[in-house]
Amino acid sequence: MKIRILLAIFFLIGGAAIVGPWISPYGVSEVSSARLLSPSFTHWLGTDLHGRDLLTRLLYGGRISMLVGLVGASVSLLVGVAYGLAAGYLGGSIDNAMMRLVDTLYALPRIILVIVLISLFDLKLKGFLDATPLAFLAPHARLLLLFVALGLVEWLTLARIVRTQVLSIKERPFVLSSRLIGQNTPTILIRQILPQVLPIVLTYLTLALPAVILEESFLSFLGLGVQAPLASWGTLLADGASLLNPIHTPWWCIVFPSIALASSLLLLNFIGDQLRKPQK
Amino acid sequence: MTTFIIRRLLSSIPVGAAVVVICFTLVRIAPGSPFSSERALDPATKHMLEAKYRLTGSIPTQLFCYLSQIAKGDLGESLKYRGRSVVEIIGQSLPRSILLGSISFLISLGLGIPLGAWSAARNQDRAGSILNGLAILSLSIPTFILAPTTVLLFSFYFHLFPPAGWGEPNQLVLPAFALALPFVGVCARLVRSGLLETLGSDFIRTGRSKGLSEPKLVLLHALRPAILPLVSYAGPLAAGILTGSLLIEETFAIPGVGQFFVSGVINRDVFLVSGVVLVYCAFLLFFNLVADWLTALLDPRIRLHS
Repeated sequence: MKIRILLAIFFLIGGAAIVGPWISPYGVSEVSSARLLSPSFTHWLGTDLHGRDLLTRLLYGGRISMLVGLVGASVSLLVGVAYGLAAGYLGGSIDNAMMRLVDTLYALPRIILVIVLISLFDLKLKGFLDATPLAFLAPHARLLLLFVALGLVEWLTLARIVRTQVLSIKERPFVLSSRLIGQNTPTILIRQILPQVLPIVLTYLTLALPAVILEESFLSFLGLGVQAPLASWGTLLADGASLLNPIHTPWWCIVFPSIALASSLLLLNFIGDQLRKPQK
Repeated sequence: MTTFIIRRLLSSIPVGAAVVVICFTLVRIAPGSPFSSERALDPATKHMLEAKYRLTGSIPTQLFCYLSQIAKGDLGESLKYRGRSVVEIIGQSLPRSILLGSISFLISLGLGIPLGAWSAARNQDRAGSILNGLAILSLSIPTFILAPTTVLLFSFYFHLFPPAGWGEPNQLVLPAFALALPFVGVCARLVRSGLLETLGSDFIRTGRSKGLSEPKLVLLHALRPAILPLVSYAGPLAAGILTGSLLIEETFAIPGVGQFFVSGVINRDVFLVSGVVLVYCAFLLFFNLVADWLTALLDPRIRLHS
């Protein structure tokens, strides 16, 4: 019951993010002279430094943030589970080598990886896409690279967690039994061990989806993620935080993006939590 | 045990080397140069500067120079902060970051484990779901939301804590909590899900049937295996606090190693970046080593040497 309400609220936010920017009388990048107005009936959530309507921008930012979250989390799930299963089950020197690779990637700050990926491949990918039938994607090359980069850094934690589980699970008797009845390694991994790991993976996935949204916001907050004219909740919050000063802070520029981001993350986390509860 | 530690220490040398190689190469192939500024540099001067810092020739030769330098314990000189060695910069700024990070680490574990354990133990009734809700709330509010909003609220509105700076204990309160709170939730959730699974297992039923009290059952018997997922999260937690502290140090103007790292990345200060990354890497390897050791200690089914 409760989960339906949560899902309904979430789809409401998602729907508003999709439909909202079309309905709104203001354009996303429409600059006006009404700078830093506090919330009123004409501008429900106020306006930002350039006189743009904050509500319209928040709805629009929601689209980007959620899209990045969905794609990034799927990438990390696929890679992380496969890697962790393989490392944990194969064990020995293969496991050792695989986990040292994870350690190495961990130790590399993602900021570096993302900066380099983006600055090196941004133009190349754009050029490449332009030449193919996918030319309509070319303006969003930056976003695509962001997906890849986030997916590629987010799977590491999952791989470690899955591996730790597998290390313990594979010592249990039922794995030996299935080997004795002649099941081969892929079957054991998928049919026997994977279901055992799934609860932890689901716990982690519901952490990963918001985590990717977070990562994107973090990068955008530092100015490395989504770039104008696109906007995400992270860039909006960063814009707000840059206006922070002791004399007069336009609180709505900080508070509303924070609420949008935090409440969506909260909803996603709660939904995940409800989904995992055993059905009665 | 000793062989395990020695083997892991030995195997971290190639990891460290690989990290430095990747990092150095990435920064060197990234567009932009550490010597370019607003004024255009004439090619002869640029070449001289590059020669001085041994950044001429192909990237493998530069790397070789740099690696042999590291082997002698010298991390090179910063290209941006001229005349200061990387060791000196890290030596001055790292203790601040470590202080901030370890306070946050302790807060996350100190609040997270009890919160998770309590919410799992009271799973059946209302208290459990409220506590779990609290954990979810805390992990849903990221550091970069907490940082500006807490400053807005507690510094500018209530004037309780200073908005930025370093040196006094009350300047640590906001950054340490803003850094730690999201991880409190993560820790609590990992403990909770581990504990819920354990509480359903046979040996707990046995314990319950022989009349153990519920707190004793949770604290003495269930917590030990249940804490495994949290232990394997120690490495990621340390990493999260390290990256989180980049942002916290920026927001709260704390002169820690993160600030130098960010400016190093922007200026393509290759020696500074590689040096800081090497230090980060050492931290993570250490935490992962401790995590693996603790896992084996807690779960007899895992064998260290296999």
